[in-house]
Amino acid sequence: MTVTQHVLIVVGVLFVMLNIAAGLIWVERRMLALWQDRLGPNRAGPLGIFIVVADTLKLFFKEDWIPPFADKKVFVLAPAIVVGSALLSFVIIPFAPGIVVADLNVGLLFFLAMSSIGVYSIVLGGWASNNKYSLLGALRGASQMIAYEVFMGLSLMGVVMLTGSFKLSDIVAAQQDMWFIIKQPVAAIIFFIAGIAETHRLPFDIPEAESELIAGFHAEYSGMKFGMFFVGEYIGITLISSMMTTMFFGGWLGPAFLPPWAWFFIKTFAFILFFILLRASLPRPRYDQLMETGWKILLPLVLVNLLVTGAVALWTRG
Amino acid sequence: MFSHIRTIWLTFLHLFKKKVTIEYPEEKVKLHPRWRGRIVLTKDPDGGERCVGCYLCAAACPVDCIALQATEDENGRRYPEFFRINFSRCIFCGFCEEACPTYAIQLIPDFEMGEYKRQNLVFEKEDLLINSQGKYPGYNFYQVAGIQAGVKGKGEGDNEEPPVDVHSLLP
Amino acid sequence: MPTIYIDNKPYEVKEGKNLLEACLTLGFDLPYFCWHPALNSVGACRQCAVKVYKDEADTKGRLVMSCMEGVKDGMRLSINDQTAKAFREQIIEWLMTNHPHDCPVCDEGGSCHLQDMTVMTGHDYRRYTFRKRTYKNQYLGPLLHHEMNRCIQCYRCVRYYRDYAGGDDLNVFAAHNHVYFGRDKDGVLQSPFSGNLAEVCPTGVFTDKTLKEHYTRKWDLTMAPSVCNHCSVGCNIIAGERYGELRCILNRYNGDVNGYFICDRGRYGYEFVNSENRIKQPIIRNRTGEAASEEELMRSMGTILTHQKLLGIGSPRASVESNFALMQLVGHDNFYQGVSEAEAYLTRKIAGWMQTGSIRSASLKEIEQSDVVVVLGEDIWNTAPMMALAVRQSVVKTAAAQAAQKTNLPLWHDAAIKEYVQDQKGFLANITVAGSPLDEIAAHQQCLAPDDIARLGWAIAHELDASLPGVSNDESLLQQAQAIANALKTAKNPVIISGITCYNESILTAAVTLATACHAKVGFALPECNSMGLALMQAPSLEKAVDRMQREGDSFTVVVLENDLYRNISATLVDDFFSHCRNAVVIDSLHNATTEKAQVLIPSATFAEGDGTLVNYEGRAQRYFQVFVPAEGIIKESWKWLWHLYLLKMQAGNGHDHYPNELLEKLESVLPQFKGITKSSPPRHFTIHGERIPREPHRYSGRTAMLADRNVSEPKPVQDNDSPFSFTMEGFKGLPPAPLIPFFWAPGWNSVQAVTKYQEEPGGSLKGGDPGISLFKEPTQTTPLVFHEIPEAFAVRHQKWLLLPQYHVLGSGELSSYTKALQELSPQPSIALSAEDLQGLGVEEGSSVQLKINGTSCMLPVKIQKGLPKGIALVAAGLQGSPVMSWGEWGKIDGMTNGGE
Repeated sequence: MTVTQHVLIVVGVLFVMLNIAAGLIWVERRMLALWQDRLGPNRAGPLGIFIVVADTLKLFFKEDWIPPFADKKVFVLAPAIVVGSALLSFVIIPFAPGIVVADLNVGLLFFLAMSSIGVYSIVLGGWASNNKYSLLGALRGASQMIAYEVFMGLSLMGVVMLTGSFKLSDIVAAQQDMWFIIKQPVAAIIFFIAGIAETHRLPFDIPEAESELIAGFHAEYSGMKFGMFFVGEYIGITLISSMMTTMFFGGWLGPAFLPPWAWFFIKTFAFILFFILLRASLPRPRYDQLMETGWKILLPLVLVNLLVTGAVALWTRG
Repeated sequence: MFSHIRTIWLTFLHLFKKKVTIEYPEEKVKLHPRWRGRIVLTKDPDGGERCVGCYLCAAACPVDCIALQATEDENGRRYPEFFRINFSRCIFCGFCEEACPTYAIQLIPDFEMGEYKRQNLVFEKEDLLINSQGKYPGYNFYQVAGIQAGVKGKGEGDNEEPPVDVHSLLP
Repeated sequence: MPTIYIDNKPYEVKEGKNLLEACLTLGFDLPYFCWHPALNSVGACRQCAVKVYKDEADTKGRLVMSCMEGVKDGMRLSINDQTAKAFREQIIEWLMTNHPHDCPVCDEGGSCHLQDMTVMTGHDYRRYTFRKRTYKNQYLGPLLHHEMNRCIQCYRCVRYYRDYAGGDDLNVFAAHNHVYFGRDKDGVLQSPFSGNLAEVCPTGVFTDKTLKEHYTRKWDLTMAPSVCNHCSVGCNIIAGERYGELRCILNRYNGDVNGYFICDRGRYGYEFVNSENRIKQPIIRNRTGEAASEEELMRSMGTILTHQKLLGIGSPRASVESNFALMQLVGHDNFYQGVSEAEAYLTRKIAGWMQTGSIRSASLKEIEQSDVVVVLGEDIWNTAPMMALAVRQSVVKTAAAQAAQKTNLPLWHDAAIKEYVQDQKGFLANITVAGSPLDEIAAHQQCLAPDDIARLGWAIAHELDASLPGVSNDESLLQQAQAIANALKTAKNPVIISGITCYNESILTAAVTLATACHAKVGFALPECNSMGLALMQAPSLEKAVDRMQREGDSFTVVVLENDLYRNISATLVDDFFSHCRNAVVIDSLHNATTEKAQVLIPSATFAEGDGTLVNYEGRAQRYFQVFVPAEGIIKESWKWLWHLYLLKMQAGNGHDHYPNELLEKLESVLPQFKGITKSSPPRHFTIHGERIPREPHRYSGRTAMLADRNVSEPKPVQDNDSPFSFTMEGFKGLPPAPLIPFFWAPGWNSVQAVTKYQEEPGGSLKGGDPGISLFKEPTQTTPLVFHEIPEAFAVRHQKWLLLPQYHVLGSGELSSYTKALQELSPQPSIALSAEDLQGLGVEEGSSVQLKINGTSCMLPVKIQKGLPKGIALVAAGLQGSPVMSWGEWGKIDGMTNGGE
């Protein structure tokens, strides 16, 4: 691959991802509306697509206010981390054969590392705001994300065992015959649940729970800094959806009448929609319920899954 | 667990349901007769103003957006000298209509009152008074009240005996 | 103190009360109609039923009317008993069968005792479907509106009007369920206390007709405690404003002064505040564009004040603060009283005597509670109406007390006592020049010439104390004196009442001597609301100012404070006065003859637009509070203007605003006779729990709409820096201290009857003591005032008449005459003579005669005054168009011009 090609890929991925994140504003509002028997934004532009422009402009023109009681440097840094870490994770996603920024042999570990860094944005944002609701949100966020990272990682280990590689392109290639969703259904479900928790999306939006904590860790944020949290969340959704596609649904693989990247995006988009559907249908659990489910149900389950997978892998190989 | 999945599925099915949104400016809303919208002052069957300036609407108003001054004509009939509603404050709660003892003040199914200048939302009596009896046709307060105000003589109203003859001792 | 058990809880109550009073004192809500603290019980309405039990074991009990049952130790009763409750509800339902569907158009609505009681008993649904009884209304004059349909036959009106106020032209007619309360035919109610019917009537039969002209519900009024400024009694009133206009005056209970009632001049005389005749802008005359802004005014005043000598004319109708501020501005030596020499001299004398502490002045309550009253020479019915009503109560109550003692009946048992009393009366000796309506109830009444009144006074004093000089051998005089002296000898709380309208010093000295001889309290009726306050400043009279002007020539700038000089001394003198002054600066609220003469005219606030303190006839300093901010923001209290002028004169550019309390503190230090005046009300920073006292009830409506026609953005509420009140409905909601009660309201009690909740007990003093501070010391062992000069008997002079003023209760007030309704009831200027004198002149009643005095003359229609002694002419005074002359002097009357004009 030439350097130009490489730069093109980097720029392309960045461009596509940011646009998807922005576009999701519209998608989410329209889809939520449809599932709630409404129409959603349909006035600005065709099908209301320009609501994205309007929203962005609005965010840009809002007063970019830093509370006088906040820790200024950290306050500014926090939203940058969330966008940064989520975008960096896309480095290892293979969109199609050859279209990947860096097909690392520790790809999966890189992804897990990046999502761990994402926790910092919430903790630092909540802490720097110097506001008790924000701090509570940050605490919840930290414990929730650290907890779910554990079995997020463990749930993927089954796939790694079956593939024998951390490299994502290898994992996709290993699904040529059969998607891992069939071999690893429990892992897939747990990964998805952990993914929701990791992106603190509804119904697991406990760090920002409006009805309890106003807006949790980002209560003090406004303007484009709030916008960055907002965008970070959508990039997170896209990331988890891409990972689902890559890990369990055969990545770019699909019948030849569509190019591989199209398959990848179709699958990813389906998961994004599923994220939104979950938001439309499920209520938020209590914080203790969330932690209990994590540690008492999902963790044992994922360990058993790992054990069984390991046993089966040994048996079939042996 | 199953209920969660069922919930998700049922929500998903809503994608194909009929939408309840009414696309307002193109499509008008059907308003019910008792819809609480713009406030009007009605007239009684004789065409006289129904409002007797009792100040009950003003007292009931939670945002104090009604101000009036009662006055009397030569027959002793009370009416408002001015009657002002500041619609930029009004919350259309309908308390004034409930408080009104003469059915004069009524909320009608009309909400299209947008203005670019707030001052234009201050309605005076001329703006409020309509030439209709509104929701309660046939009611005439002075017909059932005790006072004589040019509508009926003493003792000529509904359910009234003729005036007492002070000089009579008959039971 | 007996203990009674109400619903099985013990309470200590006062002896001699009835159960209703006891329950209301304890704070229970018990409905009632016919009972009124000032009228006592008759048990007519059956509304206050409670259940009384024989003993603890009695579970059945019996229903009694609580107003008709006295308190007994150990008594057990129940207010909440089901039967009693049902009974009370049933009574209301019966009352309501004929009550019309009028509340929306009834002026009583929102402050209606019947509404309150209906809600209190729980009657909420009409079951009676038959026809309602109706009545025809009557025209009762320009003050009261009659709507007889609303009557619930409680008889309060006739009991008040006839028994309490002594009127005889309102009565109850017809029989059974057709009883009718009204006059025998349409016509003006004659009593000057008729306005109280509007407050006495528990429903809307009698309502305030002037309020009807610009009707406002009680909850919409901005109210503040005020003091009536139409005579020297200083009744406490509540003034209510809406839309920048003063709307009504209500009685403000003060147990020591006016109690539950005020006179019609006080109630209806408020409309001058809304008059077209108001001065609304500073005016600088003799230039193009006379209306001036505050800045221009101050600029032009600055040059006047710094370069010219000043002379100030005070006013008996301006507050103490304003008079003092004027004195500060012009200097003590240049301050004059602004009333005629005769008036100034006599009021100064009275103030001086009072200050010695040798005699004590009687409050209205003390007059009411006295057992013998002697009125010497003052027609208090017309000059201090509420004092006359108090005298009437003394007469009625003394008889009732005697009856109660004889029959062992409780005093509150009104009907029984009245039955026993019949025509018996307490002792009142009413000695006047021309008689008065009080004569009807007087045990001894006589019309005498002023000097003869003084002689009678001396004769009585001599009977009581032989060491005092006696009057020469006038048999009939001595006989009368003896009769009165006998009554005074046995009296426990005698009161001597006099006044200055005879313009005769010896009457006053006789009254003081008499009071000293029988240890009586005295009441001297004075002409204006702050006559006493002005007299206490011990300044010379207006005539002295005229003299000085003539003497020192054209060097003075005169500052006239709220005073129409043409009402005080003759026009020629005033004209002369103004012709000598270099500049005339007049501060007043209404245009009048004096303001015409002003080069600079400054608009001052009326009592409703400003704060101030007035000193009434008994030396009681009472504070009145600003009710509303006038639409013309440039209208300010006189003392504020004068203080600005003072700063201007001192060239103290950044001097701060003065507040009433600071002015009064300064006054106390400059004039020690005013010591204690600052305590007449709490200071301006007074708050309760950090909250000010709201001038508006919590149901005040229309805040976001009343000014919306001018600007839809509501203005910031005005801050009041002078008093503890706020101009809004926000603030402390409980019971304010007694001097700061802006209106009477209690939960469930929207009518004036809510006053009970503010009192220690019904008819007692307000919680925390009745407002007002007496400036006179308590009587001490000082040397009594001793006088010796007994005047010669009055001798008729040939072709000359002693000129005395004749005041009219409704017509004689300077400010109150701007009320249309009172104008209608005010008589035409006239001159009154005895029938013999009229015959001697050879003119008929009703024809005009010419009156000549000191080179001036005027034409007046003549009338016969019954009982008036020969040689005296009474000239209607104080009316609009009445001539002003020096009273107490002799004038000529020429009847020959009759028809020659």
